[in-house]
Amino acid sequence: MRLPSLRLLVIGFGVSLLAACGDPDGTAEHRAHELPIIGHRDVVNGDTVYHTVGDWAFYRQDSALVTEDMLQGTPYVVDFFFTSCPTICPKVTSNMLRAYDTLAGFDELKFVSFTVDPERDSVAHLANYAGNLGVVGTDRWWFLTGDKFDLYEIADDYMSVAVEDPEVPGGFDHSGRILLVDERGRVRAYADGTDDDEVGHFIADVRHYLQSRAQ
Amino acid sequence: MCALAPACGETAYPQGKAIYEYKCGNCHMADGSGLVGNIPPLALADWLVEHRDDLACVIRYGQQGPIEVNGLQYNGVMQGFPELSDTELTNVANYILTSWGNEQPPLKANEVPAMLEDCELDKPIKVGNPQQLR
Repeated sequence: MRLPSLRLLVIGFGVSLLAACGDPDGTAEHRAHELPIIGHRDVVNGDTVYHTVGDWAFYRQDSALVTEDMLQGTPYVVDFFFTSCPTICPKVTSNMLRAYDTLAGFDELKFVSFTVDPERDSVAHLANYAGNLGVVGTDRWWFLTGDKFDLYEIADDYMSVAVEDPEVPGGFDHSGRILLVDERGRVRAYADGTDDDEVGHFIADVRHYLQSRAQ
Repeated sequence: MCALAPACGETAYPQGKAIYEYKCGNCHMADGSGLVGNIPPLALADWLVEHRDDLACVIRYGQQGPIEVNGLQYNGVMQGFPELSDTELTNVANYILTSWGNEQPPLKANEVPAMLEDCELDKPIKVGNPQQLR
């Protein structure tokens, strides 16, 4: 009999949906499973090789030149934005700020925001923007700028869209995703940064990941 | 039975709400909270109380330069929305003036044209891409 098991499945799905809705900030442990490793994978000599983000070097809001190497061993949350964005960025940034505040207890976690508009978003401009948000120093949140084409290239690695497009308000088309990259450069979770509920679950996933990592 | 619409969490300005969510909410957020330090809030903003009569000009032409809202300094650029008719502008202004705890007297349709006659700016601010701005 297949029918009863299907019905059970449907009921189970309904229950898990309810649990998710009743816990928008995701403090309950409703995801006991490990986070997946997201992206393309190859098998090389019998070993699975996962997608990792590539090398990059950009200028941070304190004008230091920083590289992806410096984040090896550090899980971090990423987004792409620009400060004069009239469309989705402020919403995405407000959700980055929400994650930054909610996850303040995890010293090992960093936040990294890449501008897609390096022409306007100079180091000084980013420093000002970060300071206005209440981000002090660079221990927890990096705002990065640099070569435009390097930035667009790295966006692909972070499964984000970032291209100049004069047809789009503000002049840049970009996806507004927020992603978790683990300490080995692998994408482990993402959310639509404009969707408060999705970001709530994302924050829960990040917390769960950091807690299980600490054990 | 929603005789008193605001009591049901609704607005007397459905067109203003729709325009707000499409044109304004990206930056000022659906709940009027803004983005701390970078985009001023509209919810319970003292600036709105002091500048109620300037609101129509700001929506039509935009706003730039330093302003202080609820004790925080802001120095950004807001684009103008010249595509909104006087009626649309009045409705969105009134949605702002009466939402999220704001309890200001709404603008009257017949006082808005006069408010728009004497604006500080006479050309709408555009927020375009770097090429267009050059």
